[in-house]
Amino acid sequence: MSVAPYPEVGRVRSFLDFYATMIRTAISSQVQYRVAHYFYMLGMVAEPVIYIVVWTTIAKAHGGSVNGITAGQFAAYYIVWTLVRNMNVVFGAPYWEWRIREGELSGQLLRPLHPINYDIGWFAGSKFVNVVLWIPIGAALYAVFHPTLSPTVLQGVVFFFAIWGAYFLRTFIQSTIGMLNFWTTRGAAVFDLYMTAELLLSGRLVPLKLMPGWVQMISNFFPFKWTFFFPIEALVGNLSTRSLLLGLAAQIGWTIGMVVLFKFAWRAAIKRFSAVGG
Amino acid sequence: MSEPVVRVENLRKTFVVPERDAGMAQALKSLIRRKTRQVHAVEGISFELQPGEVVGFLGPNGAGKTTTLKMLSGLLYPTSGEALVLGHVPSKRQRELLRRITLVMGNRNQLQWDLPALDSFELNRAIYRIPHQQFREMRDELVELLDVGDLVRKPVRNLSLGERMKVEFVGALLHRPQVLFLDEPTIGLDVTMQKRIRSFVAEYNLRHGATVLLTSHYMADVEALCKRVIVIHHGRILFDGPLSALGDTFAAYKTIGVVLEDGATNLESYGDVIHRDGDLVTLRVPKAETSRIAARLLSEQQVLDLTIEEPPIEDVIELVFAQEA
Repeated sequence: MSVAPYPEVGRVRSFLDFYATMIRTAISSQVQYRVAHYFYMLGMVAEPVIYIVVWTTIAKAHGGSVNGITAGQFAAYYIVWTLVRNMNVVFGAPYWEWRIREGELSGQLLRPLHPINYDIGWFAGSKFVNVVLWIPIGAALYAVFHPTLSPTVLQGVVFFFAIWGAYFLRTFIQSTIGMLNFWTTRGAAVFDLYMTAELLLSGRLVPLKLMPGWVQMISNFFPFKWTFFFPIEALVGNLSTRSLLLGLAAQIGWTIGMVVLFKFAWRAAIKRFSAVGG
Repeated sequence: MSEPVVRVENLRKTFVVPERDAGMAQALKSLIRRKTRQVHAVEGISFELQPGEVVGFLGPNGAGKTTTLKMLSGLLYPTSGEALVLGHVPSKRQRELLRRITLVMGNRNQLQWDLPALDSFELNRAIYRIPHQQFREMRDELVELLDVGDLVRKPVRNLSLGERMKVEFVGALLHRPQVLFLDEPTIGLDVTMQKRIRSFVAEYNLRHGATVLLTSHYMADVEALCKRVIVIHHGRILFDGPLSALGDTFAAYKTIGVVLEDGATNLESYGDVIHRDGDLVTLRVPKAETSRIAARLLSEQQVLDLTIEEPPIEDVIELVFAQEA
């Protein structure tokens, strides 16, 4: 005699339950390696500190500003950058190859939940640890570089949603590119191309306002600026209320587009899965 | 007979794999023209599993066992043919099916490495949408059955291979699956741990009426658990029937064990002497001549004891694998 399967908990309730449990699990796991994690975060600060030093030096040499951006505004941009960068850490495209090779994907496919949910939940959980660990780093950068930063309440609220919007958008961009690993083991080249494009068109390397007009124009056709430039500008810039809300809407629109693209790529990719890793 | 739990009809899986010779010239050549070859991992197999059956799925490495298990659990799309598990097409990976099956692979870790297994169990509860009460009952039942009370509180990375396998089983069965695909679940484990896993699978099958398809290279697993075996080789099924009939089909010999008054007596004229231990001599004789040779031994030699046995299952399997499909 076979025992009937368990009754299921409601769909919405169980979905929230999964994310809450996954976030708790991720936090527990991150806390296990808090020291190593902290050193990793400190390492990530090197990049923006170099940018701050370079740009504030240039600004001072040019009478206090470059293209209207003052030394204090550069400092604000790159200090907020450090938090946005941490929020933008997602399950990277190249790791899909590792996931396939090591058999992790096989284990996930056996469960009645799309694997992307594990990534979203896990990395969302790690953000809570990252933000706590970031606070002293941000405070130290603030004390050293004296940023010009006085956001309004609305800017603060939009920034909160924008960093999560950036997180979701970047997750789906990276996962969609990650699908290439189902076709080729040489996906790294495409990923390098993506990283270069992101570096130039997102505001990660330089505030987009400093880029030539044609680069700024091209950046409008890609989702990258909504993952770096917009969240940072939402807090440190002078965007109008309309621009702030339109920015959030653009993030949502790009995210929906990437979700659709990811689903399409996933359906094609999974048929090619050969479960070689176990 | 009730509706089969697993129905496989002419199932095939062909992989296309790239290949090239060694050397830089060949590497450059492969950039322009990539050579591939087809590997027929499973070639039109058919079988059914009834509710509550525990079936051994045997074959040498590369025979197609794991590929079949992966197709049945929805990890792989079949190239052609049909597979139904609990009435569902596995490759569609429908939630209703995934909540009712499990695939346990030896040496594969599905638990969070840095955390106690209890945390992973909790995550599985959320993933499988198990109500809290039932989750606690099932978890406690499995923890007791596998005797892993304290282990579930240790980070998984600190567990030995055997301990990890036991907690893996708990994690894989929390949702009380009705169909278990077990791929080498005892691989690398010591004899005591193997026995523990075996008795656990038997107990789970008994308590929950689960259907089990088991691959193992340890014949002790198969003998302890499976009344029926399916033998696959080169992607084709060579045998599907009772384990007891495997020897009749494939082994053309039996063994006769004789205890003689004088163990040094030469018995080469009766059959192949395969073992000699003091006065006990073991002979391998053609199956059809077993009774005639036994009668000769009794009449011509000073025999204190005589036993006729089927060949050990390991030997039979070796014979099967030695055959071409």
